[in-house]
Amino acid sequence: MSEGHGSGGHGARADLAHHFDSYEQQKDTATLGMWTFLVTEILFFGGLFAAYGVYRASFPAAFRAGSHELDIALGGFNTVVLIASSLTMALAVRGGQTGKGKLAAALLGLTMVLGTVFLVVKGFEYHHKFVEHHVPGPTFHFEGPEANHVQMFFVLYFALTSLHALHMVIGILLVGYVAKRAWSGAYTPRNYNFLEGTGLYWHFVDLVWIFLFPLLYLIGRH
Amino acid sequence: MPAHVQPVRVYFGVFAALMALTALTVGAAFVNLGPANTFVALAIAVVKSTLVILYFMHVKGNTKLVPVVILSGVFFLLLLFLLLAADYGTRGWLGVPGR
Repeated sequence: MSEGHGSGGHGARADLAHHFDSYEQQKDTATLGMWTFLVTEILFFGGLFAAYGVYRASFPAAFRAGSHELDIALGGFNTVVLIASSLTMALAVRGGQTGKGKLAAALLGLTMVLGTVFLVVKGFEYHHKFVEHHVPGPTFHFEGPEANHVQMFFVLYFALTSLHALHMVIGILLVGYVAKRAWSGAYTPRNYNFLEGTGLYWHFVDLVWIFLFPLLYLIGRH
Repeated sequence: MPAHVQPVRVYFGVFAALMALTALTVGAAFVNLGPANTFVALAIAVVKSTLVILYFMHVKGNTKLVPVVILSGVFFLLLLFLLLAADYGTRGWLGVPGR
């Protein structure tokens, strides 16, 4: 997957794999392949969301009590950070699409910084949960009649948010690799497909959080 | 050939809408709407997701096969939720203790 700068001249189609007829077909294939993967990811997270639905319907009061232990300010801050990182990611892809590799690399760097800020805030939240004994397991402690069911809320909280955080870590590494490639001019308006695919992955991680934030932090706050 | 380059203002416009909807979902959580609170929160999340998918993920203006793939995934996700709800929602009907 090496490609030259500009168009025309020798090797103008070097970034077109031999089994594709056109750049358009190559791009559509890459996009469709990435989306097929993301659909499996939707169903992967979907299993945990389904478990969340079952337990929340069964123990609404416990889920309200558990949710009130989470910090809306930190969760809301992280939501803003993640959506901002999606904006910088989208603009980075646009940079690759319009042949501005250095701009794309800078925006990808900013995306990595925002992603890291999210994880650091998440780390502080997890630390707080450890201190409060709200981590499920033998040390779990919660005052009230429904302590066990509140523990179930925290099982789902940690399962969902840690799986999401794992996707963030993978995403940051991937964005770092793509930033390096973008800086060295690897992406052209004809073929920026790897950059586009990385963008799709990053936005997917944002999508999961868009649902996690209200479902975990905002239950029965009135 | 760059396919369908969106103007920068579209990205900033979508970002502004996502910020406004985030504020709205936090605000709505503090208003007592009864059982509707959850549905309002989910509806706002669906609107936000749709904006991200259409504009940030370029599904608008892309090959029509992509929305078909996405909707097939959403369909099976909803099937999972529906059948689980049918199961857990009707367990008490049998009158068998512990079921």
